[in-house]
Amino acid sequence: MTWTAVIAASLGCLGLKGVGYLLPTRSLAHPVVARVADLLPVALLAALAAQQTFTVGQSLVIDARVPAMAVATLAVWRRAPFLVVVVLAAATAALWRLALA
Amino acid sequence: MPGPGDGADLPLDEATRRRVLRDSAGVGIATGAYGLSFGALGTAAHLSVAQTCALSLVAFTGASQFAFVGSAANPVAATLSALLLGLRNGFYSLRTRPILHPRGLRRGLAAHWTIDETTAMATGQDGAAAARLAFWATGASVYVLWNLATLAGAVGAARLGSPQHLGLDAAEPAAFLALLAPRLSDGRTRVVAAVASVVALAATPVTPTGVPVLLAALVAVVAGVTGVGL
Repeated sequence: MTWTAVIAASLGCLGLKGVGYLLPTRSLAHPVVARVADLLPVALLAALAAQQTFTVGQSLVIDARVPAMAVATLAVWRRAPFLVVVVLAAATAALWRLALA
Repeated sequence: MPGPGDGADLPLDEATRRRVLRDSAGVGIATGAYGLSFGALGTAAHLSVAQTCALSLVAFTGASQFAFVGSAANPVAATLSALLLGLRNGFYSLRTRPILHPRGLRRGLAAHWTIDETTAMATGQDGAAAARLAFWATGASVYVLWNLATLAGAVGAARLGSPQHLGLDAAEPAAFLALLAPRLSDGRTRVVAAVASVVALAATPVTPTGVPVLLAALVAVVAGVTGVGL
């Protein structure tokens, strides 16, 4: 892997984060922009959670992450603290794979 | 619709302050666990330790970094998929800027720390003071722990074993679910979340890396622009 790609990807990702800080403030006050900006984290977090549970690369798969997410969902529903949710999910996936190994 | 963090600038009571700091530390630790597997995967994909750490220090956006090392065999594809996934942070900055109103150098740092976790924590609070504290505390804990974990994972990859054996690949989706849950309070956000995840999964086998997540963003744009469900 070349440094060129590492630097291009790193600086590119950093630059994209600056978009909202460079636009004129007035454009952010528009109700449609505010509504879209409110819904974007919801759509993106849901999509990323689903993707990281059910896909490997470009394939849809069902593996140990599915029972892990079931346990995490239960923990979220019971209002467990953030860290407890994450540890329970990782432990479930690890134990599931250990049991099937 | 007034968003969280837009409300009156309520003074921060001690209980809220402690809860926000505890949750911010929790998000940092969870992300750190995931950072270990990023470091390990980076060196496994033949990046040097310095290159792996440079991605975490400068790009500092997990999904893009994983996509980069995932297609490291083709540097152009690796860079493009990292940028496609990084686009969403630009959308997030539309949301974090009016909460933070950063000036000068803080503006640069606010942009650099605008990621899934900080945006979710900041917009999940009641009141502007709590939202600002949540952003900066989460940003600091995630930045420090993500980078330390990347270094540890990259250096200790051989001894760590497979990230899958430790269940680390389940840590991140669970973290996203926990960040998402508090905002599923009305029917509209629930519909957007459900449609976005179905769209992302349906698009995964038939579109290049990064595109499914952009299509999910499009769901939010369409719902926001048309005002469906208002």
